[in-house]
Amino acid sequence: MLVNQEKIIEALIETVQMVAFSLLFSALIGLPLGILLVVTRKGHLLENTVVFNIINSIINIFRSVPFIILMVAIIPITRMIVGTSIGTAAAVVPLVFYAGPYIARLIENSLLEVDPGVIEAAEAMGATPGQIIIKFLIPEALSSLVLGFTIATIGLVGASAMAGAVGGGGLGDLAITYGYQRFDTTVMLITVAILVVMVQGLQSFGNILSKKIRRR
Amino acid sequence: MIEFQNLKKVYESGGQQVAALDGIDLRINKGEIFGVIGFSGAGKSSLIRCVNWLEKPTSGKVIVSGHDLTALSVKEIREVKRNIGMVFQHFNLLNSKTVFANVAMPLTLAKIPKEEIKKRVHELLDFVGLADKAHSYPDQLSGGQKQRIGIARALATQPSILLCDEATSALDPQTTSSILQLLKKINKEYNITILIITHEMSVIREICDRVAVIEAGKIIEEGTVFNVFSSPKTQTAKNFVSTVMNDQIPDSIKQVIEKQQGLQKVFRINFVGNSAGQPLLSQVAKKFNIDFNVLFGNITELQGTPFGNLIVEFQGPDSEIKRAIQYISHEQVSIKEVTSRAS
Repeated sequence: MLVNQEKIIEALIETVQMVAFSLLFSALIGLPLGILLVVTRKGHLLENTVVFNIINSIINIFRSVPFIILMVAIIPITRMIVGTSIGTAAAVVPLVFYAGPYIARLIENSLLEVDPGVIEAAEAMGATPGQIIIKFLIPEALSSLVLGFTIATIGLVGASAMAGAVGGGGLGDLAITYGYQRFDTTVMLITVAILVVMVQGLQSFGNILSKKIRRR
Repeated sequence: MIEFQNLKKVYESGGQQVAALDGIDLRINKGEIFGVIGFSGAGKSSLIRCVNWLEKPTSGKVIVSGHDLTALSVKEIREVKRNIGMVFQHFNLLNSKTVFANVAMPLTLAKIPKEEIKKRVHELLDFVGLADKAHSYPDQLSGGQKQRIGIARALATQPSILLCDEATSALDPQTTSSILQLLKKINKEYNITILIITHEMSVIREICDRVAVIEAGKIIEEGTVFNVFSSPKTQTAKNFVSTVMNDQIPDSIKQVIEKQQGLQKVFRINFVGNSAGQPLLSQVAKKFNIDFNVLFGNITELQGTPFGNLIVEFQGPDSEIKRAIQYISHEQVSIKEVTSRAS
């Protein structure tokens, strides 16, 4: 094996950091976008075709660009924000551009599942649109939202491994530079195994949490 | 309390304009239970939703407790809504929240202090008979229990108007009856004006004071429950009444009689109030030289007044029958000849 244990742990920490930070920022972007996608659609709380169409198209554009190309394409933006285009911090920027719109769609999906009758009841009580979103829509969709975020997090684990290919660090970087380019099968297997465990763990955690919220 | 003035609601669907409400004029008085009955698609859902602005009318006025809703700002309408509770066919409770939190919701939205909310919610749960379910979740309750929670929630802000949108249509007959009794109790104890829309005439019969029949976006008949039930004018109203008051001569009996000699003189006799307790027919038989044959009979209670309905065939000389009819007709009894195809 060409790398020692320390190097693997370091890579693992980098991956966790990349996923955690990009999840945080993409949730901050995706959540409001997802909510807007729901409430501005026709017949909903704050119907606004213009806002809906703009957000809808922007999300579709970002969602249609392959991640590897997106990563390269937004290098100038990454430089502007982080100051460099290489390293773990720099990898977070394209990851957010990738996961933000994705999360928006997942949130949109979850919120659309909420029974329109509940929203009608909220309106009948004289709730403001803000109250309806915070006190009715989100709590009713929470269980489904948790599953959505689980999917997004796992998507980010995968994408962060790709970000390694352009010098982002992390487990993906390790697997490519040592496992793939230097034919070190052991490193390859270890990194893949760690990723498998991570994904399994995340999915189980998401399932349990979602179930606990749903109480069924 | 609630007044609709030339209310119209037009939907655009596939380039076609559909009038859900086509010039509704209706007044619902304070403290009464008013029912609006109609087939699905008649416009009753749109009508009730105009009262709390869940639907905005295309034209016309909605006046609630003296406020013309068309003239109010969104914020002012929210205030008016706090004075209107609404109960839904499918309950529309939050499945993610406990019974307590569901009932507390309107109070939380109104930013009432926590202690006060706690007290009020327990009072309400007591009132609807579900004090022990405060910490349950809606999916652990039966349909009837869910509706009781829906009612408790609707009453949380102490509204003066309660809207019931097919509140019992998803419930079995027994549960329906208990929910209707609860609504009656609310009306009596809190003097809350209740507007009910339904397609079930039995609901109207059981608790309403007045009723309006809606068809194709228009009110086609309106009156006290007693009047509409005892003498419906439009065909739709007649159809609705016949769903709960069977007053047709059964076909098998019709056939038997027609086989014998054909129905001769068939009359419908309606009894109201005390007259329903008098042995009228046997008196007639003793006084006049005629025989009678009861083809159909029933007695129902409408708004606490007994209402009897008899279909009788008289046999005997015409002159005697005429005298008997004169004897029968007085204030609380009406008699009307019907054809042998008794309608």
